Amino acid sequence: MAVIDAAVLERHGIKPDEYERILELMGREPNLLELGLFSVMWSEHCSYKSSRVHLRTLPTTGSRVVQGPGENAGAVDIGGGLCAVFKIESHNHPSFIEPYQGAATGVGGIIRDIFTMGARPIALLNALRFGSLATPLARRIFEGVVAGVGGYGNSIGIPTVGGEIVFDEMYSGNPLVNVLCLGISRIDGIVKGAAKGAGNPVFYVGAKTGRDGIHGATMASAEFDEKSAEKRPAVQVGDPFMEKLLMEACIEVMKTGAVLGIQDMGAAGLSCATSEMGSRGGVGMAIDVMHVPQRETGMTPYEIMLSESQERMLLVVEKGREHEVIEVFEKWDLHAVQVGEVIDGTRLKIHERGVLVADVPNRALTDEAPVYRRPMKEPSWQKDVQHLVPGDLGAPPAAQAAFERLLTVPTIASKRWAYGQYDHSVGTNTIAQPGMSAAVVRVKGTTTGLAVSVDGNGRFCYLDPHRGAMLAVAEAGRNVACAGGEPIGGTNNLNFGNPERPEIMWQLGEAVRGIGDACRALGIPITGGNVSLYNETEGRAIFPTPVLGVVGLLEDASKTTTRAFKRAGATVVLLGDNLGELGGSEYLATMHGKVAGQPPALDLSREAALQKLIVSLIRGGLVDSAHDCSEGGLAITLAECTFNSGGIGVTADLGAVGEGAWQPNATLFGESASRIVVSVSGDRLEAVMAAAKAAGVTAAVIGKTGGDRIQLRVGGTTAVDAAIVDAEQAWSTAIATQMGRR
Amino acid sequence: MKFSVLVFPGSNSDYDAFYAASAVIGEDAALVWHKDTDLQGADAVILPGGFAHGDYLRTGAIARFSPIMAAVKAFADRGGPVLGICNGFQVLLEAGMLPGAMVRNDRIKFVSRLVPVRVEQTDTPFTAACASRQVLHMPVAHGEGNYYADPETLAALEANRQVVFRYSDAAGEVTPASNINGSLNNIAGICNRQRNVVGLMPHPERATEAQLGSADGRVILASAVKALASLSR
Repeated sequence: MAVIDAAVLERHGIKPDEYERILELMGREPNLLELGLFSVMWSEHCSYKSSRVHLRTLPTTGSRVVQGPGENAGAVDIGGGLCAVFKIESHNHPSFIEPYQGAATGVGGIIRDIFTMGARPIALLNALRFGSLATPLARRIFEGVVAGVGGYGNSIGIPTVGGEIVFDEMYSGNPLVNVLCLGISRIDGIVKGAAKGAGNPVFYVGAKTGRDGIHGATMASAEFDEKSAEKRPAVQVGDPFMEKLLMEACIEVMKTGAVLGIQDMGAAGLSCATSEMGSRGGVGMAIDVMHVPQRETGMTPYEIMLSESQERMLLVVEKGREHEVIEVFEKWDLHAVQVGEVIDGTRLKIHERGVLVADVPNRALTDEAPVYRRPMKEPSWQKDVQHLVPGDLGAPPAAQAAFERLLTVPTIASKRWAYGQYDHSVGTNTIAQPGMSAAVVRVKGTTTGLAVSVDGNGRFCYLDPHRGAMLAVAEAGRNVACAGGEPIGGTNNLNFGNPERPEIMWQLGEAVRGIGDACRALGIPITGGNVSLYNETEGRAIFPTPVLGVVGLLEDASKTTTRAFKRAGATVVLLGDNLGELGGSEYLATMHGKVAGQPPALDLSREAALQKLIVSLIRGGLVDSAHDCSEGGLAITLAECTFNSGGIGVTADLGAVGEGAWQPNATLFGESASRIVVSVSGDRLEAVMAAAKAAGVTAAVIGKTGGDRIQLRVGGTTAVDAAIVDAEQAWSTAIATQMGRR
Repeated sequence: MKFSVLVFPGSNSDYDAFYAASAVIGEDAALVWHKDTDLQGADAVILPGGFAHGDYLRTGAIARFSPIMAAVKAFADRGGPVLGICNGFQVLLEAGMLPGAMVRNDRIKFVSRLVPVRVEQTDTPFTAACASRQVLHMPVAHGEGNYYADPETLAALEANRQVVFRYSDAAGEVTPASNINGSLNNIAGICNRQRNVVGLMPHPERATEAQLGSADGRVILASAVKALASLSR
């Protein structure tokens, strides 16, 4: 019998006070297996122990919400008896250690969450963060992650339709890989991850259990140091073929009605699936590990319970209907094996060849996991970084030079190098191609479409986490609205540093408060998400990076638009106000090497009005194109409107904002929120201006489409003048050039 | 007419082909499981894209042993039209129903985009409704689409007019720059000597609705309808 001492507890990531709580919940000393269960289930990754008190403040209800947080994924009603099932999840730590497999298994994990709900996955998006592409490490991680994202999604046949990629040296030791999956289900076809009915058999299906990924959840809940490479065995290897079979078989088997509950085995593997299903259903579960299919010999119950081998599912089946389930799996050459049964009471009982080896109240592992209200403290440097005096930066560079430089900054440049490796056409639902503001997919059998966007701005959140998080919600909603989608639901991925540091906890608390404020104002309920903490390497945290995924509904999928100008001679209108705000901008970071200032101001009621306006303009067919203004400001936005347009240029006069010598650059590159550039043809201009006025949204005619150049004047003086062909070439090849042909 | 679309474990464009043939083109269509032995009265057979059996050995290498393949061979031997798309093309190569082989794209990476392809031959059941040298825009999505054949086979393919599609530019010029994956002679698709078995890497079934970016691929399925109508006349 192993002795549980301080060293054992430390290896399991269990703090002394947590062990006291375990003793109390168990009423006795746990054995090593039981301690292992607590270790993974109480890890930050599984228990959300640091973030839970904050997450509870988020708005999670609404008339369209079919499933809020707490299940494998959230769901919102999209009409016609159907719902959109979606969730975002991170795989940051594994992707640093082994980029290809880390990213691939991240994709596999979120796909399982969606089909586990009974939904057919139809689209994937991702939000990625890497260090500067100037470094070989960042290039290697970027290359591996993109290949892994593609490798898994392409094989399984779920299109990767969009996302965002940001490069900043703050992520050099800690890349972010956040993946969103969207699926469609009948509302009455949703299956939950709850066990029910004592005596009902519990089945295991999918890949065999190996020693891979043991303590993956615990690893993802610790900081990195120079020994992190030694943690490679804790990263799992993905098998998209197995997952494809599982997905088809599970969707088919759920249609039989014989499946009462189902859950995938992701983080914390069998431990999590057995305890969560029991706990959700208010029942117990008894399993015998000898029945669990094993890839290796001599595995202990501890290893079997904690393994994070991929592509495995646990099902509770109605007693007497086992054959229906087995038959479907056999058709797909999968073997469903009974590993246990639902029992009365609320305990998880694990046996090894009939001998009871663990006996834990399952709620002790789940709902009764510790919840921390960790101390929060505003960082001492917070006010300093918000202080920005343009005069201190020296003379501003010429607008033309800044424009040309910004076009080739990897964060702004075309991400074709990445999405050219993603199959985005499989499934024949993809309306808006990757590289547009939001992805748009149609829902077969209906006239409806769904627009989806993932957004986050770590720089803004570093400067002001509350406002930065609000800006992320606003941008994701705006992107969806710019494709004609009415935002109806959101999912969030919170990527932060070590929550045991009060400054990090303050960032997290402020960011969640910002998400809540913005979601309430914009009518976007949060239906689920993921928290990734300890994103630090050698004591240095990433920028606080909440990523928001927003799903928007298009009642008529044919009424959508993209950022690209559609015809020459159209009027270019700016909706919203250009305030010339340079704080936290890409311009400031690239041209002055500075991350400083106040992030752009955000008036949520104006933002809400703007989003409603653009959705109604697109539905009414009044605008040809719509593009949200973000990184690089108005100048880059206008340039992007000419890209992929077949060479339709623009001549615009942007007025002038800002002061003195800074005027042109503040006007062109400031990243004020709540702005959309639209192009309007012929006699529709009057209607657009009238609608904007009625909505209380500032609308200004700033120019015309046409010609083959991008010509921007600030206050009557030409500031930028570039041939589209040159600008587009520079923008579209910048990342490939940096990556080389390797 | 009736299109039968095969479903191998790992097929991922099976439903797309089924949907294009039935919902878009308006013909009968059936999904046929690879363990079946009957083609369900097919007038034309489609081997869809995907990664049959995981493609862990060579693309298409295991699928040729599926029970349904005997029926497909017999159907082709009787002159029945068979279309292999992407992974389905790779299966036909592995099954020896078309000559040559696929290797890794020359630029190593997976390629996913809409590409122009020039129709070289209009006397196959899948190009009968095309104009000669018509340029079709269709998506490609593959990591191993680099067509290879030994010099004799390649010469025979050209001499017998078995190259049905080539990667070209939008104007229909076949150039080195338009060769997306390193295929010999810019080959995007070929047929057998009898001309009834056709394989191509681009996805016509994903290009049947303008809303999705291109409807150019409809003509491939429409060709089968036309070819069958002229046969039964």
